[in-house]
Amino acid sequence: MVNSLQRKAFTRKDAVWLVFLAILALLPLLPVVTANSFRMHVMILILLFASMAQAWNIIGGYCGQVSFGHSVFFGIGAYGAGMAVVTYGGLPWPGILIGMIVAAIVAVIISYPCFKLSGHYFAIATFAIVEIFNRAFLVWDWIGGALGLDYPLADEGLKNLMWHNSKVGYYYCALVIFVLIFGIVRWLESNRFGYYMRAVREGQETAESLGVNSTAVKLTAMALSAAMAAICGAFFVQYNLRVDPPMVMSLDMSMKFVLVTILGGSGTLVGPLLGAAVLIPMQEYTRALWGGLGGGVDLIVFGLLIILMVIKQPAGMIGIVRDVRSWFFKKRDAAKGDVPYDTP
Amino acid sequence: MTLLDVQNVTMKFGELVANDRVSFTVEAGSIVGLIGPNGAGKTTLFNCISGLYKPTGGRIVFDGEDITGLKPYRIARKGAVRTFQVVRPLKDMSVFDNVLVGAFLRSSEKREAFDRAAECIRLCSLESLQERPAGDLSIGGKKRLEMARALATRPKLLMLDEVMAGLTSTEVKASVEVIRRLRESGITMMIVEHVMEGIMPIADKIVVLDGGVKIAEDAPKNIVHDPRVIEAYLGSKYSKRYRALRGDGPLG
Repeated sequence: MVNSLQRKAFTRKDAVWLVFLAILALLPLLPVVTANSFRMHVMILILLFASMAQAWNIIGGYCGQVSFGHSVFFGIGAYGAGMAVVTYGGLPWPGILIGMIVAAIVAVIISYPCFKLSGHYFAIATFAIVEIFNRAFLVWDWIGGALGLDYPLADEGLKNLMWHNSKVGYYYCALVIFVLIFGIVRWLESNRFGYYMRAVREGQETAESLGVNSTAVKLTAMALSAAMAAICGAFFVQYNLRVDPPMVMSLDMSMKFVLVTILGGSGTLVGPLLGAAVLIPMQEYTRALWGGLGGGVDLIVFGLLIILMVIKQPAGMIGIVRDVRSWFFKKRDAAKGDVPYDTP
Repeated sequence: MTLLDVQNVTMKFGELVANDRVSFTVEAGSIVGLIGPNGAGKTTLFNCISGLYKPTGGRIVFDGEDITGLKPYRIARKGAVRTFQVVRPLKDMSVFDNVLVGAFLRSSEKREAFDRAAECIRLCSLESLQERPAGDLSIGGKKRLEMARALATRPKLLMLDEVMAGLTSTEVKASVEVIRRLRESGITMMIVEHVMEGIMPIADKIVVLDGGVKIAEDAPKNIVHDPRVIEAYLGSKYSKRYRALRGDGPLG
């Protein structure tokens, strides 16, 4: 019985996966086709924001705990790499690792009390945390305070994680991070922990009645999510070659984690990529086209597009994909007298 | 062997005493029915046993261990798993995935958990619905899903809270059939139920609560003749008439 179920589910998933993997396989070839600096920049941002959204997706999408605090972990990751290079004059690598660990520890410490709250109250509490960290980092001299950290000029290459002449190096780095985080989430999703996260999202008391330690599940998800966000933060500083608190640790940045995921489709594997693939070009091209008009015309257009998308498809971009897919499979299913219910 | 030993459990909500020094035992391999009029404290007692409430007084011993006041997930891990009277499907997950969450308690390995979930789906006659989102099921389906999910955890004690209430007669039959199958598998069960034709034929022992107090504990055939039970359900007039009919004479 179950075997037939799985076989059916697999053929359908195969179709989606094939498309997804085909896109993935083509991505490394992109710089060969175009090395246009602006297009590379947009691609790098898409991959970066897709990775950030996927990191957020672990706790916000799968586990259902909407956190507006992720810019804190992003910032810690950014400062980890930044301080390793600027303050200690070393390579960014140990800083990245330390940033990840510190972000995970901070995540556990701040979310333990916050998890006593649920739903909107949890989200509000995480808002406050961003503000606290933002202020603290602004006045903290050891980490550079409000002036931030400016990278010294160093040799190009993977060792220093720094490139000057072309963005292709950064592009491959972003691609590696993207594949890493998507791979981790894919693995989580299909194993016990993934099911437990979803069970906690759908009903904490029900999950507990089935032997799930919901606090442990949420804290683990938060720590993982924070560590992934920290990697993205580290990449972000290496890309900008400078960091200051408002750049990384702001509500604005926190919002992006949430927005990209929700617009793409939270709690799904491809949602964050879809969200970033639509939102980032929209943001960058409206800025390129109308940014010069002044008065924030680009932001108005950007905002309107988001409103339109939310009204038209509340489930996010993944909802559009599902609609197309169910339309495509309708004929086949009508013949079998079956309704498609599985999701990618 | 006594699997569950409830000793003088008292649960107060402010001034309201929902359970007043309730004591009874559940023997391994038996089926115990817990009945009583609305508001008798049946679900409260379930919540105390399953850890949702911390009892104000008394002790609950499960499988030789004191589990009073433990967290719900700890009690579930020890093997006492319950269903909810007000069904709680994990709505956006499929029926199969719901049951799979239960199955993962005893097997972290995916293959094994899948097999266990499939087995419980079959046992609860949910095969045709297993791909649906759990939120889409009818009430009867959701109640059977509650059973399948709890069962998937391989419990030592399965606590069913009104799995037949509010169902159509066809659905009741389906549920009775499921419980019969479970009974044959030798699992220990404690069942809260209002539907008498559902509980009386399968229970080994019935515990009757009224106003938070245990008023009777006996085999089903004796319970239906117990004057206190008749009084609780039908009022004192009927119990007096019944006693007169049997020739005991009114007791006052």
